[in-house]
Amino acid sequence: MNVIDLATTPVRELNTALHQLEPENPGVPWRVRNARGAHSIACGLRVPVTVEIEGHAGYYCAGMNQLATVHVHGNAGVGVAENMMSGTVHVHGSASQSAGATAHGGLLVIDGDASARCGISMKGVDIVVKGSVGHMSAFMAQAGNLVVCGDAGEALGDSIYEARIFVRGKVADLGSDCVEKPMREEDLRLLKCLLNRAGAEAQPEDFRRYGSARQLYRFHVDHAAAY
Amino acid sequence: MCGIVGLFLKNPALQPSLGGYFATMLDCLSSRGPDSAGFAIYGAEAPSGMLKLVAQHPQEGFDWVKVAAELALVIGFAPGLQVIATHARFTVAAEEAELREWFATQYPVLTVMSVGRSMEIMKEVGAPAAVLKRFGVAAMSGTHAIGHTRMATESAVTTAGSHPFSTGQDLCLVHNGSLSNHNRLRRELQRQGLVFHTENDSEVAAAYLSWRLRDGASLEAALTSALDDLDGFYTFTIGTRDGFAVLRDPIACKPAVMAETDDYVAMGSEYRALTGLPDIERARVWEPEPATVYTWNTRSAAREAVLA
Amino acid sequence: MPTRPGLRESATYDRHVIHEIQRAAETGIYDIRGWGAKRALPNFDDLVFLGASMSRYPLEGYREKCSTDVVLGDRFAKKPLHLKIPVTIAGMSFGALSAQAKEALGRGASAVGTSTTTGDGGMTPEERHHSDLLVYQYLPSRYGMNPDDLRRADAIEIVLGQGAKPGGGGMLLGQKISDRVAEMRTLPKGIDQRSACRHPDWTGPDDLTIKIEELREITDWEKPIYVKIGASRTYYDVALAVKAGADVVVLDGMQGGTGATQDVFIEHVGIPTLPALRQAVEALQELGMHRKVQLIVSGGIRSGADVAKALAMGADAVSIGTAALIALGCNSPKWQADYEKLGSAAGFFDDYQDGTDPAGIATQDPALAARLDPVEGGRRLANYLRVLTLETQTLARACGKSHVHNLEPEDLAALTIEAAAMAKVPLAGTTWIPGSTAI
Repeated sequence: MNVIDLATTPVRELNTALHQLEPENPGVPWRVRNARGAHSIACGLRVPVTVEIEGHAGYYCAGMNQLATVHVHGNAGVGVAENMMSGTVHVHGSASQSAGATAHGGLLVIDGDASARCGISMKGVDIVVKGSVGHMSAFMAQAGNLVVCGDAGEALGDSIYEARIFVRGKVADLGSDCVEKPMREEDLRLLKCLLNRAGAEAQPEDFRRYGSARQLYRFHVDHAAAY
Repeated sequence: MCGIVGLFLKNPALQPSLGGYFATMLDCLSSRGPDSAGFAIYGAEAPSGMLKLVAQHPQEGFDWVKVAAELALVIGFAPGLQVIATHARFTVAAEEAELREWFATQYPVLTVMSVGRSMEIMKEVGAPAAVLKRFGVAAMSGTHAIGHTRMATESAVTTAGSHPFSTGQDLCLVHNGSLSNHNRLRRELQRQGLVFHTENDSEVAAAYLSWRLRDGASLEAALTSALDDLDGFYTFTIGTRDGFAVLRDPIACKPAVMAETDDYVAMGSEYRALTGLPDIERARVWEPEPATVYTWNTRSAAREAVLA
Repeated sequence: MPTRPGLRESATYDRHVIHEIQRAAETGIYDIRGWGAKRALPNFDDLVFLGASMSRYPLEGYREKCSTDVVLGDRFAKKPLHLKIPVTIAGMSFGALSAQAKEALGRGASAVGTSTTTGDGGMTPEERHHSDLLVYQYLPSRYGMNPDDLRRADAIEIVLGQGAKPGGGGMLLGQKISDRVAEMRTLPKGIDQRSACRHPDWTGPDDLTIKIEELREITDWEKPIYVKIGASRTYYDVALAVKAGADVVVLDGMQGGTGATQDVFIEHVGIPTLPALRQAVEALQELGMHRKVQLIVSGGIRSGADVAKALAMGADAVSIGTAALIALGCNSPKWQADYEKLGSAAGFFDDYQDGTDPAGIATQDPALAARLDPVEGGRRLANYLRVLTLETQTLARACGKSHVHNLEPEDLAALTIEAAAMAKVPLAGTTWIPGSTAI
């Protein structure tokens, strides 16, 4: 195990060292102590290494992650796993705004709650939140899956494209062009798989599915009010 | 754009350390606001029947003793006086209106920063670390404090343009964000008799609260109606005589993090600013909801959230 | 034109306005088009150079050196960009433009030692391959954004806005969302793209500071970070970009082009390049950062005269978009018959949004796109860039400069009161700068 203490080592050095790892031989896991809200911890990783962060991370933790597995044993600030391409990011506490923003792939798990704009503009990532998500979550979500075991705030899935949303609890209200859709066998199977991968104790049957009504795909003056 | 912080002590034993913790919090957010810094400290209350007035002169070394002597002739006895860098604190038995009038006519070169029973506002242009050192903030004590590090957006970097803005006795505001309808609102408030010294949007927010409170609204009601009347992006932290309040606009793009233990409630634009607080590892850390008024005060020492 | 005497056109409701109101009534949608602001605006034509005189001596053309090189991004980046000429190719997306057009731009720019820029759609392999220096745009939509391309780029341009629509997001209509474009942008094929106008994970310069740091961390502090703004509250925006940590500021005035935007946005939002440029330079000078944070200016750059004047006013380089496309063949008279079939004419065509561009540039239609030979297009662009450079040098030498960066505002005079006030350059023959000095 490589141990880095951010109380004495700058984030710059940690990231430089992580960026120099070999893809075929990423080596032993890393433990990062004293996160204390520092920004950009473990961002831009591109090898299958495991990084365990102790304490609360600041903004953009694991930003643009590829292949790596990052655990935050605490909360994460704005934009955790933003633009992730692959790999896994697991926040054991809660996440601030824009968690998983614009991410293309991989899995983001949040054990606590996520704040506003969770999964904003998501482009293929799978996000599983065991708690609740804030308003404007899945705003302009293009692809991927957002699973919320708790409640969802206002304007869920506003302006959504083809991403899928599953919510077990209450939805405060739905955003523009986002509607409830029937749960099909394939959805239950997909959801079960996602919940398993996230280690979430929830039954797929308890969830409802939401997605695009596809009324905004071509501009039509009769829908002008929706813009 | 900026960094804002607030610290409210529930445990009186921590009061001598207020300045130390607060200075660390504010210094941490220099990255968000390198241009200037300001703060409001709620320290020892003025003796009964008296007020604290803090004034500022552009340069250090101003003859404050002369000001105090002249003021003494008007009000009948010598005010308490303490000089701190470019500012001076007067402790006087007089009405606020009378004091402000006197300073405005006799010493227009001075800026009255604050008037209150316990609140003292100080602010200066310069890197936050330098400002904190100049004023000896780390050694200050009190019950609560709010502060601000400034990256000026649409107005100039001046002392007057720095936050906190005082909206009334013991009442002040710091703001992270950018309002979009403050110019029209300023003209409206001017018609209602409020006076402005800057082009700053935050000053308009502060004046709006003053106006609502002057009309008899409670702080909670004033903040609730602010959600309708102020347009734009904002996280506000407000200092009151015995507590503080936090409000985020409905879109809530600007950050806000809270931390609470049995000993304190703290607020900061980034979690980083809170990491120097005692027992932060075990604090309850959360983010305030948008469009929701949060208030804390010494009387109840409990959180009252009023859903808008 | 009406031929009967006695017919008087309203200046308020002229035939263009009448046509537009009738079109709106018929379709129920705002007019969307490409190109930039078409109305007459104070611009560089209103400034002239004070050439050599009894007190100021010119340099011999061709023999006495007038250097044109520029370094961009040396404030923080380990690997700044070294350009041979102070003209770059502005960001235009693959999607708005065909792959052949992007390739042509890359070939032309590389032939003369300058950079091209990706647009709101991501980086294509062709563009990376053909551009020696490629700036990668980082936009609110984040279409196609990925760390591999980030690391392959030579610089990163965080886009807050563009001159045609400060405050607006990207727009691409369904007819241009081909299979390839759809895949790059993770969108269903053939739909009308809706774009975000704010970044998804930061708002405001205080949070931009942290975002810039993240991008530097991901790319190991190697690459210059540009911040691009549409001309609006330029003085404050530039100061904030500097405070947020930008290496380079890219300023796009209202004449800047677009692939598709609402006409009202193009014509009625943003300020012209001329006053914005002056404000930007003032902000940099007040912070002591002029030439330390470089300034690239775009929006209506057409000739070496524009380049030289922009440099004289304090820009480090300029960027061309519309002019580059015209150089490739946009609006060429050889397609006149096709323009007429579309209800337009060579020199007037701005319907890039429809994807029917007869020149094969602003289209995804394979048959049309095949009309542009990337090698030929690259040659034409390189020619044009060389002419821009030669013209700039000619003017600089006439003012006695051995490097184009030594051009300064005092080399200029203004021909109109508006230009004098906007550029803070005296009215020719006087010392008067309206608003700054007494008559």
